[in-house]
Amino acid sequence: MEKFLQLTISGLSNGMVYALVALGFVIIYKASDVINFAQGELLLFGAYLAFAFIAQLGLHWTIGVLLTLLVAVLIGVIVERFVLRPLIGEPIISMIMVTIGLSSVLKGLVNAIWSPVPRRFPPFIPAVDVYIGPAVVSADRLVAIGIAALLLILFTLFFRYNREGIAMRAIADDQQAALSMGISVKRAFAIAWAIAAMTAAVGGIILANIVGVSGDISLLGLRVFPVVILGGLDSIPGAIIGGAFIGLLEAYTGGYIGHGLDLIVPFIVLMLVLMVRPYGLFGKEIIERV
Amino acid sequence: MECGVFFTNYKADMALRRKPIQKIRLGIFIAFVIIFPFFASPYWLNLANQIALATIGAIGLNILVGYTGQISLGQGAFMAVGAYGSGLLTARLGVPFWMSIPIAAFLAAAVGVLFGLPSLRLKGLYLAIATLAAQEIVEWVVVHWTSVTGGVEALVVPSPKLFGLRLNTDFRFYWIAVILAGLTALFTANLFRSRVGRAFIAIRDQDIAAEVIGVNVYWYKLLAFATSSFFVGLTGALTAHYRTIISWERFTLDTSILYLAMIIIGGLGTINGSFFGAAFMTLLPAFINNLGRSLQGSFPAMATMLPAFQQAIFGLVIILFLVIEPEGLAKLWRNIKDYFYVWPFSY
Repeated sequence: MEKFLQLTISGLSNGMVYALVALGFVIIYKASDVINFAQGELLLFGAYLAFAFIAQLGLHWTIGVLLTLLVAVLIGVIVERFVLRPLIGEPIISMIMVTIGLSSVLKGLVNAIWSPVPRRFPPFIPAVDVYIGPAVVSADRLVAIGIAALLLILFTLFFRYNREGIAMRAIADDQQAALSMGISVKRAFAIAWAIAAMTAAVGGIILANIVGVSGDISLLGLRVFPVVILGGLDSIPGAIIGGAFIGLLEAYTGGYIGHGLDLIVPFIVLMLVLMVRPYGLFGKEIIERV
Repeated sequence: MECGVFFTNYKADMALRRKPIQKIRLGIFIAFVIIFPFFASPYWLNLANQIALATIGAIGLNILVGYTGQISLGQGAFMAVGAYGSGLLTARLGVPFWMSIPIAAFLAAAVGVLFGLPSLRLKGLYLAIATLAAQEIVEWVVVHWTSVTGGVEALVVPSPKLFGLRLNTDFRFYWIAVILAGLTALFTANLFRSRVGRAFIAIRDQDIAAEVIGVNVYWYKLLAFATSSFFVGLTGALTAHYRTIISWERFTLDTSILYLAMIIIGGLGTINGSFFGAAFMTLLPAFINNLGRSLQGSFPAMATMLPAFQQAIFGLVIILFLVIEPEGLAKLWRNIKDYFYVWPFSY
């Protein structure tokens, strides 16, 4: 029973970090129909930026986090303007490859500026152990869950009630109609990428607090696919539920079955979901039968 | 538009090289390929072998992605199947190499059909993600099925023996690689003159319309996956025998992405493009290495940063090509040819 509780808590906290990464992914897809293969690298870049500001330049963590978020927003806007905008209307394989190229560029930059040796990140979230019943979980994971939940609620409300959010949904639905209504598509894309880069930076900072900075953070970008497919590519609540599900699944598989299967189970689930219900639990159903 | 070009029989019209200038260019290229190994340094021979092997894989991938329009991120897995299949057959079971390579390639084709099953229900992005998942699963199987593949340890493959001659030098392997690359190109060129090839192209262009006029889309999609995986598996098998030592790190998602980059930079849907892309992506890291080494005197930090630079430049090249010339090097080559073809009357 205790093991079950322990696994549940750690699975949920991992899942919430996944959900945070998935959030940026879903926002970009919701607004501009682009699949961002570089989300993991944006996470990585955010983590290393925070590391540079806090550990290498010695700034206080609040200033460091703020600066990281600002730079992340800047990167998001630059990427959208110079990399994605020339490719509007190109076939999807070009979109996929350009974001893959972007992920390579970011990884190379991170490795060039800060060498790929794993470093210790000065954690500003205290890692004290919190006891929930018989299970023990460190406070930084709980903070991760809390921040992720907060951001997710925030963005669900943003897309439902805020004018810009509704505008972005309109663009995702029908770009031409949105343009004819006077919605600025360029601004919406820029905002989407800025938000995605920012959430990735937040996720990166949280991860850096928990496990330190290393090149492996970008591998999380791959994990995000099972989460978003399960939840639905354009659904934010789906990202939460998908993240929680995959996190729990990994924890239970690792705890009860082992043999390294927890690495591959999300992808098996991904295949199953794709075969049975490709638009996921909450995604928009687009059915084209041949 | 071509003027002054006319044919008096179907055979001439359907020929692969129709105009005399095309035949002359092909002749020059073949002559160069034959003379090259006799005066090339070992370094360049090695590069040429790599280019030839990559061309086979790139052509295979182009069949699937460029001509049939199915996005696949699973090439690393097919290469792994081909490489480990052929390697294990020769190393553990002593099968001669000229038999193990086709067997391994067919094995890769079978795995390709398995990967292609989702394509019956998925298109575009979802298919790409499905193949990504399949790639990860195969990678995991290779690493964890230690009884067969040796897990994370490298597999040592004996160098191939043909007619009693050991093909363990770059010079000797060059002939096998180049002949197979040429045969692959010929096969693909003929494939797209045939009914099957036209079905593939129809599926890429308008699959619903293709189904309506009677192309069995499901069957041809699976056939495309099988054919493409055959060639990619062939590349994997040849790589295993060329390098005589293989490990799983050679067949990860990064490999899949590398091959996709090759055909996108080279030009989707063209055989020329596959060759150009393969050559470009093989020569680029070598070029960067040389550049880094020559700059090392004035910039000593370069040595440690070199792999990072390679990664960044790889990504940058992909982005630049997609933004500036989405149709790739094949389009650039076509532009050059057209310029000289109508010179000086380019208006």
